[in-house]
Amino acid sequence: MSPTLAVALEGAAKIAFVWGVVLGAVLPNLIWVERRMAGLIQDRPGPNRVGPFGLFQAIADILKMFMKEDVVPMYADRLLHTLAPLILLVPAMTTFAVIPFGSTIRLFGRDIPLVIADVNIGILYVFALTSVGIYGLVLAGWASNNKYALLGGLRSSAQVISYELAMGIAAISVFLAAGSLRLTKVVEYQASGTFLGFLPLWNCFPQALGCVIFVVSAFAETNRLPFDLPEAEAELVAGYHTEYSAFRFGMFFMAEYLNLIAASAMMATLYFGGWSLPLLHLTGLLGGLVSVAVFAAKTGFFIFLFVWVRWTLPRFRFDQLMNLGWKVFLPLSLLNLIWTGVLVLAKVI
Amino acid sequence: MGTPLAFLPILLMMMGAVGVGLLLLGLNALIGRKVRTKRKLSPYESGMPLLDDSHKRISVKFFIVAMIFILFDVEAAFLYPWAVVFRQGGWPVFLEMLVFVFILLLGFAYLWKKGAFEWD
Repeated sequence: MSPTLAVALEGAAKIAFVWGVVLGAVLPNLIWVERRMAGLIQDRPGPNRVGPFGLFQAIADILKMFMKEDVVPMYADRLLHTLAPLILLVPAMTTFAVIPFGSTIRLFGRDIPLVIADVNIGILYVFALTSVGIYGLVLAGWASNNKYALLGGLRSSAQVISYELAMGIAAISVFLAAGSLRLTKVVEYQASGTFLGFLPLWNCFPQALGCVIFVVSAFAETNRLPFDLPEAEAELVAGYHTEYSAFRFGMFFMAEYLNLIAASAMMATLYFGGWSLPLLHLTGLLGGLVSVAVFAAKTGFFIFLFVWVRWTLPRFRFDQLMNLGWKVFLPLSLLNLIWTGVLVLAKVI
Repeated sequence: MGTPLAFLPILLMMMGAVGVGLLLLGLNALIGRKVRTKRKLSPYESGMPLLDDSHKRISVKFFIVAMIFILFDVEAAFLYPWAVVFRQGGWPVFLEMLVFVFILLLGFAYLWKKGAFEWD
């Protein structure tokens, strides 16, 4: 078998696994969890009619979206109106390629690293794709030819680029410590020792400031409350997807949740040791499976955090949002970078 | 593994994602209902008839934010290779980057004083 074919087959198998888990299991259940949690927090039952505990609610919603009419408003730019949700969905679905979801697993006499593509640019790929997603938002707002949609698209692009800066500089400290842009190397570095002798070498301990900046910026990047200003319904109806219906709207919805899952996976990978667990050094098939479970648990915790915050905090005003991003997070992320540099030079990490 | 070969799964994944997107749109077009009326196709404007064109002039603030973002993002791009070789470089590399960050902060202070981050 030629090496190209082998890589392609192995990649296809891993893509099938990741999409199977994310699109088939996590995404529908996440919609259910979010609505049930909202019910719990707001002291009401939440969806409980479709299937046991309302578990099939997401499937019913997806089927319903297929049956609905795909309306393109008469003054809209038809091509861009169709293209915008695709531009948003494709990056959201492909971000997962570089995130290592486990150590290595030995199957059919080969060691298979549990990451779809272990490329040398790692994090740059993730940031590049999130930037491409912004075009989807802007084009959706522009192509709809609707005032609310246009304002929503503009707002979200301003918001996402503002926070991407702080997020990017906070992430630089992580690579400074690990010495590589590869996410697999970042995880291996965090699994390699201890911090101050008793804490795991997870980046969240030496770079607590950077970790907070990254997590809060991720909320802004994914347009979630308390930063969901692009679709502040009291002012902008539904923001950039005001004029979208049926599955085109569904694709915006899917992309938002996929971005949430990817952001949670990134937090777990960059700051909380990825698939590694301190004091646990299993090898072989069991080790591989345990590492996947550990990664899933960490990612699941951050997904839970996203949902929890959404139903607990009120929404910021737009000027407060921009102030926080530019005047607070940008200088603090540079401070975090210098702090990490000093720690590395002082041989603390 | 050769570098171009490492990107092959990403290419596959992108093609797959485009395929999924087109499939969803196609299925929707196939089984979704189609009853077009003039009212339904007119742009949403809080229930009012459409008053004027929606592509109006927009606040220059958005343009300024985009400009500043490009500037700072290019600066941040310079920091990536620096961060990767940091452990080999030691103190001299660190001090050089302090100078760089200081110049960056000067520009930042100028923008702040000029009111580029104000949203009134």
